[in-house]
Amino acid sequence: MLNLWMPMTVTYIHLLLLLLDPSSALMSTQDPPPSLGNHSMDKNDVDEAEGHFTVPIAFRVFSVDYHHVQAPFEIVLWIMLASLAKLGFHWSGRIPAVVPESCLLIMVGLLVGGVIYGVRHTAPPVLSAEAFFLYLLPPIVLDAGYFLPGRLFFENLGTILWYAVLGTLWNVLGIGLSLYGLCQLGGWGLEEVSLLHFLLFGSLIAAVDPVAVLSVFEEIHVNEQLHILVFGESLLNDAVTVVLYKLFESFLRMPSVSGVDVLAGGCQFVVVGLGGLCVGLFFGLVAALTTRFTARAQVIAPLFVFLYSYLSYLTSEMLHFSGIMAIVTCAVTMKQYVEANVSEKSNTTIKYFLKMWSSVSETLIFIFLGVSTIQDVHMWSWPFVSSTLFLCLLWRALGVLLLTAVVNKLRRNAVTFRDQFIIAYGGLRGAICFSLVFLIEDFPKKRLFITTTIVVILFTVFVQGMTIKPLVELLDVKRKKRVLPTVSEEVHCRLLDHLLSGIEDVVGYWGQHYWKDKFEHFNTKYLKRFLIREDKQPKSSIVRLYQELERREQMGETDEGKRERSPENQTHSRSLLPEEMDSIRRILSTNLRNFNNKHITAYSRHTLHQDFTVDASRKACLRRHQSLGERHSSTQTHGSQVHLNSLYSKICSTLICTNCLCVLHLLIVSQSPRSAHRDPHSTREGSLNGPVRVTFEGLASPSSTYLQGQDSSSARMPKKLSFAFENEKGK
Amino acid sequence: MGSRASSLLREEDIEEIKKETGFSHSQITRLYSRFHSLDKGENGALSREDFQRIPELAINPLGDRIINAFFPEGEDQVNFRGFMRTLAHFRPVEDNEKNKDPSAGEPLNSRNNKLLFAFRLYDLDRDDKISRDELLQVLRMMVGVNISDEQLGSIADRTIQEADTNGDMCISFSEFIKVLEKVDVEQKMSIRFLH
Repeated sequence: MLNLWMPMTVTYIHLLLLLLDPSSALMSTQDPPPSLGNHSMDKNDVDEAEGHFTVPIAFRVFSVDYHHVQAPFEIVLWIMLASLAKLGFHWSGRIPAVVPESCLLIMVGLLVGGVIYGVRHTAPPVLSAEAFFLYLLPPIVLDAGYFLPGRLFFENLGTILWYAVLGTLWNVLGIGLSLYGLCQLGGWGLEEVSLLHFLLFGSLIAAVDPVAVLSVFEEIHVNEQLHILVFGESLLNDAVTVVLYKLFESFLRMPSVSGVDVLAGGCQFVVVGLGGLCVGLFFGLVAALTTRFTARAQVIAPLFVFLYSYLSYLTSEMLHFSGIMAIVTCAVTMKQYVEANVSEKSNTTIKYFLKMWSSVSETLIFIFLGVSTIQDVHMWSWPFVSSTLFLCLLWRALGVLLLTAVVNKLRRNAVTFRDQFIIAYGGLRGAICFSLVFLIEDFPKKRLFITTTIVVILFTVFVQGMTIKPLVELLDVKRKKRVLPTVSEEVHCRLLDHLLSGIEDVVGYWGQHYWKDKFEHFNTKYLKRFLIREDKQPKSSIVRLYQELERREQMGETDEGKRERSPENQTHSRSLLPEEMDSIRRILSTNLRNFNNKHITAYSRHTLHQDFTVDASRKACLRRHQSLGERHSSTQTHGSQVHLNSLYSKICSTLICTNCLCVLHLLIVSQSPRSAHRDPHSTREGSLNGPVRVTFEGLASPSSTYLQGQDSSSARMPKKLSFAFENEKGK
Repeated sequence: MGSRASSLLREEDIEEIKKETGFSHSQITRLYSRFHSLDKGENGALSREDFQRIPELAINPLGDRIINAFFPEGEDQVNFRGFMRTLAHFRPVEDNEKNKDPSAGEPLNSRNNKLLFAFRLYDLDRDDKISRDELLQVLRMMVGVNISDEQLGSIADRTIQEADTNGDMCISFSEFIKVLEKVDVEQKMSIRFLH
């Protein structure tokens, strides 16, 4: 299958060469992207020329006017090349198993660059820093931020920050200073390069690149914790890198550097990081708020997500804050509210577009890395390059070891030695370093730095990228658990989680659970009220749950039948159908987790929140079905008046009031547009009456009589419910 | 508050608790001040109401049972020794403890004792078996109201089925241990008590 895409790319290369002008829009660093004005002028010129030319000749039936479409045409061709290469890569059988995608793309880029160089004998277009930072990087980071596993990330946030900030500082200073020292002593002809230059170089070469890390780690499936550590670090160290780079750059321009300036630089780091965070938060919240009102124009809802995220990036770049932090914060902030507010299709659209754009961006970046390697002037110096490589590896390894030794004392799960090795080895450099090195102001040895950077990037991506997979297998790193836990394990582990949370509360130890619960409380009480559409709030979890219930019902019947047949069969671990286990698991996970949230809202001492949910359901009810309203209000009085003995029944009563009302509203709504088939299904009765009935085992009678009155009507509804949902699913 | 609290705790008490539970001196004093702050009645012992006053514990689905675990059989008050004895179960397991003399008995924070603590959360009647009903109760507390009886029943049945080796439709303690053998209980059931 290799020969499928080779001719395609070659064809495109030929096309490119035919049409490429030296002033291609995307590539050069010097020329600004040609504006439309230029093009129209070009066109006029051509027309005029043609005018001069054509007047004596007959009217031209067919003409080619390349300049008119030059810029977008070339951009599209490059993207097409990238995508076709990616396509071909996946068709080519065994190679993806050995060589990571990034390497292959760089190789394609090298090939293209080489061809261009060979044909035209000039350097091929170089990836411009502006295009990279403004157009190619944001989609990737946005995608990473949107799909960030939130819980895992925040649980490990301390460690991630520790690695990102201190680790990067350590690396930068280490590499810069040691390189300076070596060059002073080594006699490689580099004595005149100042310390600041080396520090600048250190700051850009030490940065671990999220693009490269993502692309390689995707394929090796290490355990989640390790993945999030490396990935989180690569995202967050952008703040440090940006500050240090700009700091050293401005120091280079200043005649002298004093201690105060260094201190100011330190403060600037805090400003940059926090500034990016705040910008991201702001835009995230505004985006969430905007999507609240998109009910009537659902088609453009995804656009807001992208626009606001990009705006946050641009704003923070404008203010010289960390753009990556801004966009990641924006994505993380707005995700839960956006998902609740927009329709299912919009959600899917957002996710797919994000994936698509980030994929294209990533491919383009790697191809350009390859193309840009082929250049006219390379300054090579064996000792410098090799010592840089060596020092990069050395300082990273040392840094990880030292930092982990400290941080392990404060963590619950220690980072094992094997994990540390993978963290150190997974510090891949990528296109960010590349672009940053081009942005350095010209000085005599700049080309050497560029060459070295390219070598380091290629080395890390190729050598480290290719060998990391065998090394992972060799070291037997705790892989991402393929084996799903058994039901018992899940149940008991959940018990242990609750137990530990409780004990932490007794001890007054502000562990992870405390802050998490506090945030959830704040979130539910304030943020969600403000940012999520009213009618969306109770509905979504219940809708999802009922879909689950239906599926489980269908599975559950077969499950019980089998169980009755063989109760004595002990040795078999009867393998449940994967869907069954899946649905049990999903039920457990959604309910066991949701329970904490619901619990907090329902059982909260802050009556304001309780009233709110009651008000919302009351309003919804009045809007939809008047007759239920009276019974609704009577339920509330019943619910509050009933005196209950145990904690458990109290919880259940408040929960059942809000939940069952929501459920009933849902049923009324789903039922009304359709013509009713009034045949009760006895088998279905159980499913809906279950939640309604079960809670009243421990309750006093007044409420139970009310709800039993509902039983007859609700008996008809289950069938409608599944019908309604099947329709929705089908849509 | 700290100094006043620690003056009520005598040195020999601290030593005994240290021997029994393995906590360090500073950890014991810190936990004593916590004990003291929970003890609103200032009578040197905690009652159930004192525990229920902790807001986050009140909303914990297993709150009642956890509180119950602090109190010895049939008693309504727990003193500081008892408090520490319960908390000792959650001390992280340290490697150097494995070398201590076996005649001293198993430390409170061994894997076995941790699992026994968890087991007792299910097994209210202390018959050393988790019956289906007991399991159902706990499941219901953890899962909430949105799941029907039948489904919860099947989840409970499945749980028992996975563990049950002798066919009595109950989970004994040894079966419980076996089911959780793959789970890193020592790490899951440990709190890092600040020094």
